[in-house]
Amino acid sequence: MGTENIQPPIVHFSTLEKILGIGRANSLWPMTFGLACCAIEMMATGAARFDLARFGAEVFRPSPRQCDVMIVAGTISKKMEPAIKTLYDQMPEPKWVIAMGNCAISGGPFVFDGNYCVVEGADKFLPVDIYIPGCPPRPEALIEGILELEEKITGSRRWPRVEPS
Amino acid sequence: MSLLQSEPIRVLAFLVGIIAFAALNAAYLVWLERKEAGHMQRRIGPKEVGPFGLLQPIVDGIKLMSKQLFLPKGCDPILFMIAPLMVMVPAIMSFVTIPFSETLVARDINIGLLMIFAFASINVLGLLLGGWGSGNKYAIIAAARTVSQNVAYEIPMLITVIGVVMVYGTLNLNEIVIQQAGGFWHWNVLNLKASLLMPVMFIIFFICTLAETNRAPFDMAEAESELIAGIYTEYPGMGFGVFFMGEYANILIGCALTVILFLGGWQSPFGETFVPGVIWFLLKLYAIVFTVIWIRWTYPRTTFYGLLNLSWKILIPISLVNLILTAAMLKVF
Repeated sequence: MGTENIQPPIVHFSTLEKILGIGRANSLWPMTFGLACCAIEMMATGAARFDLARFGAEVFRPSPRQCDVMIVAGTISKKMEPAIKTLYDQMPEPKWVIAMGNCAISGGPFVFDGNYCVVEGADKFLPVDIYIPGCPPRPEALIEGILELEEKITGSRRWPRVEPS
Repeated sequence: MSLLQSEPIRVLAFLVGIIAFAALNAAYLVWLERKEAGHMQRRIGPKEVGPFGLLQPIVDGIKLMSKQLFLPKGCDPILFMIAPLMVMVPAIMSFVTIPFSETLVARDINIGLLMIFAFASINVLGLLLGGWGSGNKYAIIAAARTVSQNVAYEIPMLITVIGVVMVYGTLNLNEIVIQQAGGFWHWNVLNLKASLLMPVMFIIFFICTLAETNRAPFDMAEAESELIAGIYTEYPGMGFGVFFMGEYANILIGCALTVILFLGGWQSPFGETFVPGVIWFLLKLYAIVFTVIWIRWTYPRTTFYGLLNLSWKILIPISLVNLILTAAMLKVF
């Protein structure tokens, strides 16, 4: 279940929707929660060297009622799944989900025949907008993910894309 | 000109001015807080949204206003919705008696100090009703904490203020500022003739201001590591936004009172008069606000018992001694 299955709104308000999009894209408040080692990289992203605050996204709100984006950072065990679902349901619309790291994308190294306790990917039960690969991803990758999400919301990218050399 | 000075126009101008001042300050103090936090942690802070991130509060406002509004299950709808207003409105009301300069004061009433403390108590009621109306256990614990904290810190604050009122013999804020004229050595904080402990009273008043406005290291209303988001746990979108604007308006009122009662209000530090008083007032006000934010990003949160012990065992006895000493010195000299 990804976001490609969600229907776009029927009625569009062109200019208002653009302004709202810019507002939402530039103040993406993530939720304060981490599931595994990817959360350490998420903390590093907010700290001095990488500074997520530059994009207005450093306000990690502890309550799901005030969050805009859920960064699923780490391995989702089957016991954790209902809790994450509840947190997602408690967030008010509009809301987005970022799957950070290989475990949140597909289960990562825990996918094998005898797997009994790990959910194989956050998109099994959440509509994921952005996937950030890596084990764990570098803080630059998380920032790139946030920029991708901004592009998804506003339709235009903040900076030119850097081509791999 | 006579039209401009007529009473209805004056009231309207002050009404619009005060609301604009409070709202703009609430928005841009958030920006200052995020920027200052960034620089204290060797980060840059918001910088991509507009020059120096100056459009960040506007963008945040757009987002908060367009968030989904809903009533959580089990809440008391009326209390839940009026609680943010009960924090915001009294704070704006208190600006009515604040003298920005000798003439720039909306209502120069002779019980201004009393009025500000009366409205400051409504703020606590708003936080209590917000926590209670949310129907959330963390919010209720935070509400109980906030009330006991505010009750504990209102006592040393008021005892300190009684000392100041005894020295100046008036509750009119403008009158208190006028009596501190003639250079910084005449400001109340250095008024050693009235009481030897005046600098200590200033520090007690400042600590109580921090506690009354629920700022770190006394932010028990929103103890993120213990109580999710404390009282704000169930507030989505603009309900949370109004709570935050109210908190910053309250900080402004607390800092303005500190400036007026102890740092000479709109008086200039060297007694000259060619710089307008309102500039000196705003300079001192923002220096104190900067210090409040500085303290928040420097000290960790105290425990709740540490907080109450500080008030009941240290601040109240010292302020009582202060009061007696001030009374004795006023009688002797």
